[in-house]
Amino acid sequence: MPDLTINFCGVRSPNPFWLASGPPTNSAYQIMRAFDAGWGGAVWKTIGEPIINTASRYGSIDLKNERMMGLNNIELISDRPVEDNLREIAEVKKRFPQHTVIASLMVESKRATWHDIVRRAEDAGADLLELNFGCPHGMSERGMGAAVGQVPEYATMITGWVKEVSRTPLIVKLTPNVTDIAHMAAAAKAGGADAVSLVNTFNSIVSIDIDTYAPRPSVAGLGSHGGYCGPAVKPIALHMVSSVAKHADIPISGIGGIGNWRDAVEFMLLGSTSVQVCTAAMHYGFRIVRDMIDGLENYLDEKGFSSAMELVGKSVPRIEDWGNLDLNYKIIARIDAQKCIGCNLCYIACEDGAHQCIRVEERPQGDLRHGGLPKHVPHILEDECVGCNLCALVCPVPDCISMVEINKDHQPMSWKQLQEARGKNPQCSNEELLHGKAAGRST
Amino acid sequence: MLKEPAPKLPLEQLEKNFADINPPLTAAQALEEGSRCLFCHDAPCIKACPTGIDVPHFIRQIITGNLRGSARTILEANILGQSCARVCPTSVLCEGACVLNAEGKKPVEIGRLQRYAVDPVIARGTQLFKPGTPNGYRVALIGAGPASLSCAAELRKRGYQTVIFDSNPQPGGLNTYGIAAYKMRARDVAMEVEMVRSLGVEIRSGVTIGKAVSVAELERDYDATFIGVGLGETEDLRIPGEDLAGCRDALSFIEETKSKSFDQVQVAKRVAVIGAGNTAIDVVTAARRLGAEEVYMVYRRSPEEMSAFDYEYELAKKDTVAFVWQAQPVRVVDGSGDRAGHVQALECVRTQRGPKDTRGRSSFVPVPGTEFRLDVGMVVKALGQKRKLEFLQAIPNLELANGCIVVDPQTMQTRNPRYFAGGDCVNGGGEVVDAVAHGKKAALGIHHVLESVAGRKAATTSQV
Ligand SMILES: Cc1cc2nc3c(=O)[nH]c(=O)nc-3n(C[C@H](O)[C@H](O)[C@H](O)COP(=O)(O)OP(=O)(O)OC[C@H]3O[C@@H](n4cnc5c(N)ncnc54)[C@H](O)[C@@H]3O)c2cc1C
Ligand SMILES: Cc1cc2nc3c(=O)[nH]c(=O)nc-3n(C[C@H](O)[C@H](O)[C@H](O)COP(=O)(O)O)c2cc1C
Ligand code: SF4
Repeated sequence: MPDLTINFCGVRSPNPFWLASGPPTNSAYQIMRAFDAGWGGAVWKTIGEPIINTASRYGSIDLKNERMMGLNNIELISDRPVEDNLREIAEVKKRFPQHTVIASLMVESKRATWHDIVRRAEDAGADLLELNFGCPHGMSERGMGAAVGQVPEYATMITGWVKEVSRTPLIVKLTPNVTDIAHMAAAAKAGGADAVSLVNTFNSIVSIDIDTYAPRPSVAGLGSHGGYCGPAVKPIALHMVSSVAKHADIPISGIGGIGNWRDAVEFMLLGSTSVQVCTAAMHYGFRIVRDMIDGLENYLDEKGFSSAMELVGKSVPRIEDWGNLDLNYKIIARIDAQKCIGCNLCYIACEDGAHQCIRVEERPQGDLRHGGLPKHVPHILEDECVGCNLCALVCPVPDCISMVEINKDHQPMSWKQLQEARGKNPQCSNEELLHGKAAGRST
Repeated sequence: MLKEPAPKLPLEQLEKNFADINPPLTAAQALEEGSRCLFCHDAPCIKACPTGIDVPHFIRQIITGNLRGSARTILEANILGQSCARVCPTSVLCEGACVLNAEGKKPVEIGRLQRYAVDPVIARGTQLFKPGTPNGYRVALIGAGPASLSCAAELRKRGYQTVIFDSNPQPGGLNTYGIAAYKMRARDVAMEVEMVRSLGVEIRSGVTIGKAVSVAELERDYDATFIGVGLGETEDLRIPGEDLAGCRDALSFIEETKSKSFDQVQVAKRVAVIGAGNTAIDVVTAARRLGAEEVYMVYRRSPEEMSAFDYEYELAKKDTVAFVWQAQPVRVVDGSGDRAGHVQALECVRTQRGPKDTRGRSSFVPVPGTEFRLDVGMVVKALGQKRKLEFLQAIPNLELANGCIVVDPQTMQTRNPRYFAGGDCVNGGGEVVDAVAHGKKAALGIHHVLESVAGRKAATTSQV
């Protein structure tokens, strides 16, 4: 069996699956249930001066039948006394010494206050600390959370204060509500952070009730912008993780829309050593980790990896600047008429939304599968197809439209190389340059 | 030879008639169907499955693309998950319990999803489990039906040496010889049996315990014995003419459809089937699909009393079978001339509702003077199966109730502590999944008893 244990800044965790700071990690009772279910670690619901929450707190969007594709919340940090949280951290560590407990912290931006909370969290036995510089609502109005995480100098300064007293490795949790997240990661690193976790939630208004005009979630008819998370944010989070992995040399705990082992593998391939989950655990409970563990094990096994750590960052070099992509790589769509069910979605997508390269024609004589239906099938005008993918994306039948490479032994040339070639051969057209017709082309 | 056989259908047509009634799902269908599962907490479908398969979990594993994990989830709980996916009466088990029913929606097609997950693993012979470290104990199992196969697999995982004895040439019990061909073919069963065998279960086919090998020999050579002998032959009609050519029992007829090429199975042009249980349905549908033109299902009581499941009844209706309710067979009529000695007709008498019996069931009494005949060339008895009394009584100190073996429901141990039992010989005739559940429970019972007797620590389950 492949080894799922990870080493995160020197801390060994039984597996890369951690619960993110949030409602599922509000108490020892929950975290112990989670560890029993198989989670390798948990980031405690952010500890700080207890707050008062509103009702309601959550709103969400559905996608047809699928509930909670995106979740929005206006909840603040822990509403429980600091002592209670710290005492419970100690209890959990006593019962689960091998599991990773991370104390998430957020206090007023005063040096002494930070020193105090860091010392107490470490005394309670936390394996790692996570500074919540990300909460985008409520706390930021009080000068905490995103108010710190959006200003690099503040982030560096407070991280520095914490490092003055901390003994355990330090994670800084980043807010995605910034222009360049890699810059914020660098700021945290400059302050001494050992790792970063990302992303926290995105500023959002999840919906408006068009009958009452009140936003959701509604607190007595009023609302406030909240933090958005869940499956809907995964692609944005993946980009942010890859950007930090590429531009800031620092261990990453990946967060944002992770619900199963596949999502986790993607985050790991883009540089996350551990992954954190909040919404999916809120939706289905801790039990989802069973398939995350089993699925990851089977995946590693099938791919011939002996340890989960081997995945970390494997796809990072595959994320390149656009200017380095090969302009001579050509693929076109091909439709398998045997699989086509005749919905014609590809046709209309290409006709109205792309490059008008699909024609619908009568099915060839004698091809009467599907009980003689559909009578008409689309086919690609191969000379016109630009290989954009749209038809394959809208097609509801798996493997019916595939994208095939047409000039396998072409000479690659990127946009950057094209610029270079043009410099040397200003008289040549793009076509000539791309196809190497110009003499003295650099390769 | 039948005197008035049904016109022969080409084999190709016959194969079509017996094609899978629940064809496998494609990947796209499985994804769509699986996505309908709500992933309930403490899900009712799990409780409705006699083997307690974690249904929402295995469906989630299908959705996440962890097909191997999904198959393991299923087979860990139910080693015959492949058979069960095809033959379980899901509408009264897991799918009947699906919460979507309560919302007026179609339940998730759990059986077909289960098949989707398990089939590739069985077909490829992927080894999901490995035998436990040998613990020195030997267990004999009588019968190679679902009960014994499940018991033996579970014992192997714990390191027991297991030997199954079966009288039939092929293992599998009624899975191989009884279940309707359009649900499952003998070749499907063979692959599943192979998986059990590959765990190190030894199967000795063609060996009848009580004949070739005695019960005493088993006692001498093994530490415990599991009895999974199922039930016996079909009950007799006890009416005149029963021994005429063309009057036969349901099980041997179905067995032919399972073990011969369909064009080798004889069926008459007109057939009467007596009984209204699931077996009777299997016979009428088989007869129609083999080419019989008129098939009567003759039952002494009314549709309300019929023991066949609703969906089985629907199947028979779709196959355009004529139901003859409240008719009691009185005589199988002999033919004359060159049909002498052969079935010519079935004579019945109408019944009417009589007084209720002590259990509140209506009795049905013949109405004199209402005799009538069904002109048929074949009569099939589908009246339920006899108990294996002779065999069971030969085992010392077994306690029987109604011909079924009495066991401790927790351990499946019989009154004779050396013996454990499960399946049809205990419940008097249930489903495959019940037999599997019994076998599994018995394995744990055997493990518990042998371990506590000797105080030896047996190896625990392990996986690859
Ligand atoms: C016609 C028919 C259709 C059915 N259809 C379905 C269905 O669709 N779905 C479903 O879930 N269930 C169905 N069942 C029920 C199901 O087949 C049984 O409940 C199940 O097979 C019982 O398993 P078992 O292991 O107890 O016994 P069996 O499957 O009966 O196996 C017993 C085995 O023991 C062997 N044996 C008996 N005596 C001896 C001996 N002395 N020595 C050696 N070997 C011996 C027999 O040869 C046989 O192989 C059907 C049953 C019948 C009869
Ligand atoms: C209701 C709710 C409360 C949250 N509270 C906190 C918190 O107290 N501290 C924190 O760092 N992040 C908090 N988060 C953010 C999550 O830890 C996580 O970063 C975010 O939800 C993205 O992950 P997901 O898509 O798996 O939910 C909260 C999220 C939700 C939904
Ligand atoms: S989940 Fe429902 S019951 Fe539980 S606290 Fe929220 S609103 Fe109340």
